[in-house]
Amino acid sequence: MVKVLRDLGVEVDFIEEQTCCGQPAYNSGYQEDAKAVAGRFLSVFDKALKSDPDRETYIVCPSGSCTSMVKVFYQDLFKNSPELLDKIKRIKNITYEFSEFLVKVLNTVDVGAEYNGIITYHDSCHLLRELRINEGPRQLINSVKGVELREMEMHDACCGFGGTFSVKFPKVSVSMLDEKIECIVNSGADTLVSADMGCLMNIEGALSRREIPIKVMHLAELLASRGK
Amino acid sequence: MGYHQIRFEKDSDKAIHNESLQKALVNVTDRFRSARNKASSKVSDWEELRTAARKIKKDTIANLDHYLVQLEESVKRAGGKVHWAKDADEASRIIVNIAKDGKVKSVVKSKSMATEEIELNSSFEQAAIKVVETDLGEYIIQLAGEHPSHIIAPAIHKTKDDISKLFSEKLGIPYYEKPEELTKVAREKLRSEFLSAGMGVSGANFAVAETGTIVVVENEGNARLTTTVPKIHVALVGIEKLIPRYEDLSLFLTILARSATGQKSSTYVSFITGPKREADIDGPEEFHLVLLDNGRSKILESEQTRESLYCIRCGACLNNCPVYRHVGGHSYGWVYSGPIGAIITPQLMGIDKAPELPFASSLCGACHDVCPVKIDFPKVLLELRKNVIESKEKNIRAGGAFLEKAGIKFWRFSVEHETIYKLLNKLSYYFQTPWKQSNGKLRSLPYPFSRWTDERDFPSVAKKTFRERWKELKDETG
Repeated sequence: MVKVLRDLGVEVDFIEEQTCCGQPAYNSGYQEDAKAVAGRFLSVFDKALKSDPDRETYIVCPSGSCTSMVKVFYQDLFKNSPELLDKIKRIKNITYEFSEFLVKVLNTVDVGAEYNGIITYHDSCHLLRELRINEGPRQLINSVKGVELREMEMHDACCGFGGTFSVKFPKVSVSMLDEKIECIVNSGADTLVSADMGCLMNIEGALSRREIPIKVMHLAELLASRGK
Repeated sequence: MGYHQIRFEKDSDKAIHNESLQKALVNVTDRFRSARNKASSKVSDWEELRTAARKIKKDTIANLDHYLVQLEESVKRAGGKVHWAKDADEASRIIVNIAKDGKVKSVVKSKSMATEEIELNSSFEQAAIKVVETDLGEYIIQLAGEHPSHIIAPAIHKTKDDISKLFSEKLGIPYYEKPEELTKVAREKLRSEFLSAGMGVSGANFAVAETGTIVVVENEGNARLTTTVPKIHVALVGIEKLIPRYEDLSLFLTILARSATGQKSSTYVSFITGPKREADIDGPEEFHLVLLDNGRSKILESEQTRESLYCIRCGACLNNCPVYRHVGGHSYGWVYSGPIGAIITPQLMGIDKAPELPFASSLCGACHDVCPVKIDFPKVLLELRKNVIESKEKNIRAGGAFLEKAGIKFWRFSVEHETIYKLLNKLSYYFQTPWKQSNGKLRSLPYPFSRWTDERDFPSVAKKTFRERWKELKDETG
């Protein structure tokens, strides 16, 4: 992501104080713990933004899930803390999921990437249904030189990850994953691309265990490819 | 009978290994899903209709006290009787007593989730009153002594062969293979039941406060017969089924049929306002409306989860749920399954009776997208998860709770302290060594991580953390 953004002329900084947005606890029902961690996220980023208020700054995140935590769920999590709502709004408005940032803010679908392969794209749930992003990633993939994008059946079906769901109900999770793998294999693609690490870890975990030779890549990795 | 025992993990495991069930689930959810998508896409203002329906439900539920009183007055005005039931026992008692007062020996029933909820059939049986389900799916599962596994298709867990065997065994007929033959048998049996029944029990899809009309939507004509042939008609209706005005029906019928089966309209839609009138040649002489609370007013109290009561029981959330698709209805342990079951069962029964259910979702949000009244399932599930965790001291959590809590606390500690976080990132590279394969994957981790690695590899931690890489990256372009 750093490479892609820099190649497009974006100055990239990484705030080393940051750790986590708090979603794992939030999704597991531990809202007090989630609040502590999310509150830390808010203050770390707010401080960084305030240190240079005149500059046009965005927060870019290579995950639909973490991004939707900040953009969608923070306001629910902190519904009883009106003093934080301003800060949440400020941060939410400048936070973008990676593909969304490329397409909407930089107005770019061709980042000059090159990759030889047949790609199938998995719509991750939070990216698709919380952030409503599905066209952008496909436009970005289609603009990569040497790539053929082939849709799988049920491309918008959950892969079965769901955070702690995957270990709370592993059999259900894997049963959902089995169907996803079948769709991926049937698409005839040699590479699977998605924009969320959770899904990628889940899907790659099954492909690797079953020794299915399909490569798994984050969208950012694909966009950083510059051929062989 | 274990009907109230929620053992999601155990029961879903069983379902996943049941091959014929798996096939049936894929078939039925695919069929319903594509029918719904096709039907809704043909309505140009579908999204506006959903928004409008939600708005009406929101208003109705927020002012339920007012509308319920209005409904009662309207039903009485039309010559019907209204009964209030605070829970399942009271509702069953009321209905059985109506039967006893009318000297009823046999009862026919049309499909109703509310009657399943109060287990009305067993109350009739205890009172030695014969009760027959007349919806084909319900008839099948009554013969089998089972419970519905889908809100609108109760017997989808049974194969054609299951049903052929069941009919032959229970009805003393030859083994018929063709569905048409089986349906014909059921039809003949049921006709005589309709004619001899002293009472018909139905549910209702809607109850209109303004006019006292109850609306029953169906495809087989059995509900029309149930509500018109016997002398007494009893409708059991959950208090959330209200809509304020008669004119609201056009909107709700439009979205219900399309969301449920993808039909423009179901084959039969009955509008019932009170018992038969003087000039009517036929129709029931008595009409009783039994209004069922059974935990609903408790849901009303919570502003965060109140929208669970907007549900019109179309089943679209089940058909679009990837979890339901793989585990089927019985895994949810009670009448209501799929996403709607995951949110209302813990609320109706009490969260301590079904602490697993709010977690039985990957929060993918497909249900939210198709819900005709836009219930925000992920939001409600997250609120219920919080409630489960917060009432944990009452020892209601399943095994692994302690480990999970310790894990969350440890995670919180590490992400709140950057130095610890960095250190752990670094150390985990060395910790993983005993499990690391030559291909760089982790194959068999100890419990609880084994719940991942039993069937999936886990990626190993890179030697260089991102922060270390960032130090180099930063300098590259400065």
